[in-house]
Amino acid sequence: MPSCAESSWFARKVVRWRATASVSWSVLLLPATTMLFIFLIRFQLFHPIQWTSECLGLLTAASTIFSLLLLSGVVLVIGFFNLEYYTVVPSIPCSRVALLAKVLHPRQCVHSLVHCTVGMVVMWCASVMAGGRYRTLGFPCTHSESSGAHDACLNEYHLFFLLAGAFMGYSHSFLGVVQNMNYVSFQIIQQYKYLRFKGSLPWVVKCSAVQSLYSVRNYVALYFFFGHIPRAWISNTLNLQIDSSLHSLDSLAGLLDFSLLYHLWISGTFLLFTWYITVLLFRIYVTESYSFPVQSTFAEDAEQCLPKVLAEKNTLIMKFLALQDLALLSQHSPSRRQEVFSLSQPGGHPHNWNAISKECLALLNELMQRLVAHHDAVASNGRAKPPSASSDARSSSETSVSSVVMSGTEDLPQTPRPSVLMRTPGSVFLKSSNRSVGSPVTAPFTPDLDSPFSTPALRRLAPQPGPQQATWFSSVQSPHVMRRGPKLWSASTDSQTNGSATASPAPAPSSPPPEQKPSFIAQWLQNRKEQVRGFLAKRVLVVYLFNKLPEASSQALFADGQAHIWALEGLSHLVASSFSEDKYGVVQTTLPSILGSMLSLQEAVDRHFKLPHASSKPVKTSCSLGDSTYKTLRFALRAALKTAIYRITSTFGEHLNAVCISAEHQKRLQQFMEFKE
Amino acid sequence: MCSLALFPPPLPSGQVTLYEANNELVSGGSPDCYEKQHWEPPSLNFPRETLKPHSRPESSSKAAFLDHKDTLWMRSAGAWYKYTYKTFSGCVLALLRWMSSFHGSLFPHLTVNITASIPHFVFLSFSKSFAVRSFAWHPHTDKFAVALLDDSIKIYNSRSATAPTLKHRLQRNVSAMQWKPLCASALAVACHTCLLVWHVDPTSLSTRPSSGCAQVLSHPGHSPVTSIAWSPSGSLLVSASPVDTAMMVWDVAAENCVPLQRVGGGGVTNVSWSPDGSRLLAATPSALFRVWETRMWTCERWPCLKGRCQSGCWSPDGSRLLFSVQGEMVIYALTFSDMTGGPKSAAVVADLSETTFSGTGGEITVGGEVQSLAWDPSGERLAVLLKGNAESSGHSAIIAVFKTRSSPVFELLPCGFVRGEAGAEPRLIQFHPHFQHGALLTVVSAFFVELPLSTSLA
Repeated sequence: MPSCAESSWFARKVVRWRATASVSWSVLLLPATTMLFIFLIRFQLFHPIQWTSECLGLLTAASTIFSLLLLSGVVLVIGFFNLEYYTVVPSIPCSRVALLAKVLHPRQCVHSLVHCTVGMVVMWCASVMAGGRYRTLGFPCTHSESSGAHDACLNEYHLFFLLAGAFMGYSHSFLGVVQNMNYVSFQIIQQYKYLRFKGSLPWVVKCSAVQSLYSVRNYVALYFFFGHIPRAWISNTLNLQIDSSLHSLDSLAGLLDFSLLYHLWISGTFLLFTWYITVLLFRIYVTESYSFPVQSTFAEDAEQCLPKVLAEKNTLIMKFLALQDLALLSQHSPSRRQEVFSLSQPGGHPHNWNAISKECLALLNELMQRLVAHHDAVASNGRAKPPSASSDARSSSETSVSSVVMSGTEDLPQTPRPSVLMRTPGSVFLKSSNRSVGSPVTAPFTPDLDSPFSTPALRRLAPQPGPQQATWFSSVQSPHVMRRGPKLWSASTDSQTNGSATASPAPAPSSPPPEQKPSFIAQWLQNRKEQVRGFLAKRVLVVYLFNKLPEASSQALFADGQAHIWALEGLSHLVASSFSEDKYGVVQTTLPSILGSMLSLQEAVDRHFKLPHASSKPVKTSCSLGDSTYKTLRFALRAALKTAIYRITSTFGEHLNAVCISAEHQKRLQQFMEFKE
Repeated sequence: MCSLALFPPPLPSGQVTLYEANNELVSGGSPDCYEKQHWEPPSLNFPRETLKPHSRPESSSKAAFLDHKDTLWMRSAGAWYKYTYKTFSGCVLALLRWMSSFHGSLFPHLTVNITASIPHFVFLSFSKSFAVRSFAWHPHTDKFAVALLDDSIKIYNSRSATAPTLKHRLQRNVSAMQWKPLCASALAVACHTCLLVWHVDPTSLSTRPSSGCAQVLSHPGHSPVTSIAWSPSGSLLVSASPVDTAMMVWDVAAENCVPLQRVGGGGVTNVSWSPDGSRLLAATPSALFRVWETRMWTCERWPCLKGRCQSGCWSPDGSRLLFSVQGEMVIYALTFSDMTGGPKSAAVVADLSETTFSGTGGEITVGGEVQSLAWDPSGERLAVLLKGNAESSGHSAIIAVFKTRSSPVFELLPCGFVRGEAGAEPRLIQFHPHFQHGALLTVVSAFFVELPLSTSLA
């Protein structure tokens, strides 16, 4: 999130320092890793003493020191890219076209290019440290049958290593897109950084070894077929001769060299390990919980207080950490809970509680609206569709059925981008947040007794009184109406035209309503599109690329589910502890709306899980550093929601009968009180 | 310090303890001769003969159904697969075993035959005559689950006549069960190879929920699972295995886990969460147990002198831990508080050494090692299941009930012995988690499955 980094104090003061600390730790770890690497790559089974003495001598050699300096630079670059590209809300595109668009996105291209270069640098260091036949690019030809003045020949082993570095760098960058490696997930329990690092170290070693094995396999296959191209090119440009007396490496005999493969694998593991360690340390540092003050005595610190920070929309990491802090304080610290329940000194208003509960309820309602819109889109079409036009990546992205087979690799993220708004799948959220900028949010977000989102309204959304609702419905439905015809086509246009411009999703939601008027030209265009779509739909490849799978859209709907889970936990724990700790009864005023929100969200979630594929479990990914937590967030959210409602009902018990909520909700609540849900 | 000598003498054989009134345990001739309480607890009897443990001989009847029209090549390929492949994989397995034996020589407890070791580490013992493997009350409703010897689980509900039976392919050697707090339906089951979480819809009338209702949680190297504990807030589940040094913290819905590993002690045999959720007891197979605090997940090591921690229970406010050590006939107490840095040493609060009462029915000896401890949710009563001595006739397993008092100083006061019907040997004890009118103790005994005892605090 570089673009908003300037504006936010949090990004400036906290995130940047955390990133710096993580990078410096990974630099400090480099000498140890390098030493281990030298011992492994120079391994000689039958000469242990020579091996040890050689390695020890090498540790203090100038070339090693220089390599270490270079490697530190590499780690700095990797750390910088981690900071620039990380995201807490994964973007889940769902088709091969979206994948392609993401991989070819300029931002991602820069990422890949830099990783290629950096990979080459690492491999150069590795080949220098490995010594022997890998050391230099050129070497004097052994026998000069060609009578050149300078008898320099190309050392193909060195070139082989350098290209392997480039390949591994690219595949790291590519897999980072495929496996959402830039997604930072939060742990389910809090641990000290050192212990967490120690705990995940064996896993990182295993991951890098396995991943390196795959990379070596792919690279060797690639080199076997296309190795002669770079070799010829390099030898031409650098005027190096190719020693014909040696085996060329792109032959079967050249590649089936066990020690070569071993060295390549060890070097690849070293490369990936240093990078993975950087990623791991960054994740550990950035997700460390941060304690925001609930209220501050000084006016200038007010923007750093929890109620203000929760309402933040620009710096997502701050919002997430604030919600995490809220969930933690509501569970673990009675003194900070007291501050939440306290009244303001002059005036006696519960500003803290009001702000916090309002923000949490806004989050929950936003999710509910998103679910309702999605469900409506699905129900009216008979098949799953993206909830809106604005989330172009997502719309084009439902994965094809065939891509499930490649499970784990198909959910390519969009290129990480500066998220101006909270990047969430449904446009409903964008709209609501947009609107909330203009007008005070309270009206739509306070679910009053006859909330439009209670059951009957969920089924038929169309006729609803009230201007607020009307605008909302139009804004929800319009994109849907727009794209009722060209499902396939619109997906492709979106991703093709907007593919490069995804960084600005904000204007999209506002545009649909005016476009709704059916004009002649629009009609004509519509027909054209229809024809083209009919034509394209017959092509297997196109169908293959554009086919959609509801599971991906379901994942996308809950992509930021972690925020909602924390909001639910925080709210429910606060409400439950207010039973004994809230002296002034500030919570009681909002209890009906909290219960109403939770129950209607529960209804929407239940309904969502009745959709096909929504409740199918993702296949577990094996050994990769990519985090797949986002794939199961919807299950976690469902469980957290139920637990939250049960927490409130089991604490308040029969007293809840006195809370005035709608009859529908009352009935639902009764079910919870009898433990029948 | 309280000792067994202060107790009123145990009932002679034939008398049954019925309930507690006015600080005394009232006895009667049979369990049916007292006025029923607010809820009539079912008395279940599982005759052992009807329950057959899993036995699935691998006698393949494949050939009878196979279509023998495949070509010679396919048949030879099949034969090759059948024999060569099996031999090869057998070799690999042998190699792996050989390698793991090195691992085993470092950690001696790992070499114990796993199946044989489970009863050893699990607090309840499954002797062959005992039909019930595990028992769990639902924390909020009048509902309980019983795991039987044939690895099926039955769920009884006071409000419905249907008793669903849960069976699953992976549900073998059930050693522990627990209902998820703040949830109506989820039941976690510790099995031989994995952890199962059943979602049993309480409104459903089905008597045989499909195995699709069960969520399978497994982690390589983490089996057999012998102990599980839900956090009281219902969000996390901790599972432990005596052969895995790491204990797993699961986010069940998202199916991801965080291993928590510390050096020393070997595996983890028993985990138990304090009722306020702030601490977690983790006992190991060696003379060491740990107390984790659950905010930052750091732990305190508590080395015991004599043996491993046999059993432990938390006071309802989570500030006090009672535990017993194998080989010692005392109950220790640890008091935690947030102000001071924690306790420095454990204090002995009860002496359970053998005491002989001479009564009308001859001499009765009670006392011995503690098999399990249970503290009722109101914090007023503590039930202690004492191991008996199989050789002597007058020395059987018995339940001692203590009254507990926490202020001004923590104290255990004698209340009485609970005796079931003649020949019934108590195996499992558990208090009803939300009984309104005092403390309701459930005893699962060798012949009678349930003998409820309500201690009305009138």
